[in-house]
Amino acid sequence: MQSLKRVPDAKGRFGPFGGRYVPETLIPALDELEQAYSRWRNDREFTAELREYLVNYVGRPTPLRRADRMSAALGFDVYLKREDLNHTGAHKINNTLGQILLARRMQKHRIIAETGAGQHGVATATAASLFGLSAEIFMGEEDVRRQALNVYRMRILGAKVTAVASGSKTLKDATNEAIRDWVTNVRTTFYVIGSVVGPHPYPMMVRDFQSVIGREARRQLKKLINGLPTHIVAAVGGGSNAMGIFHPFRHDPVELVGVEAAGEGIETGRHAASIAVAEPGVLHGAMSYLLQDADGQIQPAHSISAGLDYPGVGPEHAYLHYSGRARYETVTDREALAAFHQLAEWEGIIPALESAHAIAWVLQAREHLKAVGARVLINLSGRGDKDVDTVYQLEEEKG
Amino acid sequence: MAVPSGRSIQGVAAVAETFRRAHDEGRAALIPFFTAGYPSLAVLPELLRAAEDAGADLVEVGIPFSDPLADGPMLQKAAATALAGGVRVDAILDILARTKTEIPRVFLTYVNPVLRRGFDRFADNAVASGMAGAIVPDLPWTEARALRRAFSARGLAVIPLVAPTSTDAHLAALRSADGFVYAVSVTGVTGARQSVAGDLETLVARIRQAVPLPVAVGFGIATPEHAQAIGQFADGVIVGSALTEAIMRRPQAPAEATYAFLRPMAEALARARGD
Ligand SMILES: Cc1ncc(COP(=O)(O)O)c(C=O)c1O
Repeated sequence: MQSLKRVPDAKGRFGPFGGRYVPETLIPALDELEQAYSRWRNDREFTAELREYLVNYVGRPTPLRRADRMSAALGFDVYLKREDLNHTGAHKINNTLGQILLARRMQKHRIIAETGAGQHGVATATAASLFGLSAEIFMGEEDVRRQALNVYRMRILGAKVTAVASGSKTLKDATNEAIRDWVTNVRTTFYVIGSVVGPHPYPMMVRDFQSVIGREARRQLKKLINGLPTHIVAAVGGGSNAMGIFHPFRHDPVELVGVEAAGEGIETGRHAASIAVAEPGVLHGAMSYLLQDADGQIQPAHSISAGLDYPGVGPEHAYLHYSGRARYETVTDREALAAFHQLAEWEGIIPALESAHAIAWVLQAREHLKAVGARVLINLSGRGDKDVDTVYQLEEEKG
Repeated sequence: MAVPSGRSIQGVAAVAETFRRAHDEGRAALIPFFTAGYPSLAVLPELLRAAEDAGADLVEVGIPFSDPLADGPMLQKAAATALAGGVRVDAILDILARTKTEIPRVFLTYVNPVLRRGFDRFADNAVASGMAGAIVPDLPWTEARALRRAFSARGLAVIPLVAPTSTDAHLAALRSADGFVYAVSVTGVTGARQSVAGDLETLVARIRQAVPLPVAVGFGIATPEHAQAIGQFADGVIVGSALTEAIMRRPQAPAEATYAFLRPMAEALARARGD
């Protein structure tokens, strides 16, 4: 399989995507961050400290195991990478710990973050609490309502949660507000971005911190089956869990499959599948694919899963789509819900609704996967506890 | 191509001429900002006229954007109201093309609506609408090369921004810029403020040392007193949120509100260097 150019380049470009589209006020802060990151990323003490927290605080390495009943039912091998077993219940903490260790070295004592589902907010509040830093988390009013328990979790952890009432009152608007706060308090504040989005160096840095997922998975599969999977499947919101598991396999003969949220169906316009529509544009500091109208106004996204409910996607995914190295598929709310139940039934694991999208694609493509004798690795990015209430409400409504 | 503006000099040359005239009169230029479509698009010509009558020297016309991340609550609200009212970029271009003003005007727009049209097409549209240039707050200078090429080929300026955090390297890169330099008075978003930052004069002096262009200061300027204080050392004073707030308080009489707000500011600027 083709090997890719090393991305991003010095300007933070992944082919035509990425870059830095932010107010001038932030450019020096991004330069400073880029310098700090390139100084520490391979520093022995920094990496050892991060590793120690990942092992003894987060509980890494997370297990990777064959899903036996699922494999038997589908007629091909399915392996699950259990990011749901991380402390705080999702992959997000791999990144927040990395960024917060960096913030400490940069002498920034105030932490801000945006959150959609609340998973990144909880992971940021957790890491901030661990180091006694003050954290303010921006969250759209609509998500505050949908994810009330995660709001309370963040507050228990000592973070201030600020509800954002502008725009669609979801993740996109929370991100706008976090950027506005950063512009205002840039000298003292570190902005912990929660996915492989934003201006350079964030997409690269978040990818690197999340790549621990793929590195472990590679090692674990080698030990388990002495080989590679044929397919790696991950849900794509901003794209951090997917980049994290894809990146270490990028030079291998493995199909990389990102699954976007089709919401009520692509044809209804109520979805969150920015790669499926593939319209380039700039949102939150980077060139990528976006949901937008003919005037370039950003359109609200729709997904049952708050963590996928975002009208953009990380620039490296845009590049992987553009270059053909990865393929992107979509799954509707309904299919994700069915997969949520199916995995619980087969494997005794309640997945996050985000991760249920990855499961759902495997179910959708089962005939093909069986025919080619696939060996599928699914990134189970988070656990479904946070979604039980949402699913319960939905099913009560339907009766 | 038709010349929609009443001016004989077009584009970036008109901007230079405006600053030269204000300078000759011993005062800073007054630069109001309007969100196109707030309170409605139909009143934009009246607002521009009121600004001109009040003594404005140049106007910024904002293209409303769904995600204005450099703006505070006031301009967010104006943009959201405009978009909720169904304002489209074509309609803005169209009404500007039909509205003549003596004073030059520039767009203020986020980069995505410009990308969506394409740089060349947007630049053609800007010429046809009698615009002299554009300020694009989320397009840093290092990413602006392609837009600058499209603009300068048509005699239009991409106005650079400088912030209190800007590096000397950024200032050095602005040597080749056109029009004027937009000095952002604070680290923050747009919005009226109680007082103006103390080290602003130092920032303006730093810009002057590096860039041979007029320097206009914006973000937070709310009163004739602020304008007068900044007019002592800057070549232009930009006022957006406070003007929008004044219009918001009198939505039935936006042109009167504009005149009443801007007139005392123009008078304060005219006095600034005299006293
Ligand atoms: C469990 C889980 N998976 C996936 C996502 C989507 O984010 P990303 O695409 O960055 O992995 C989220 C976001 O909140 C999440 O909580």
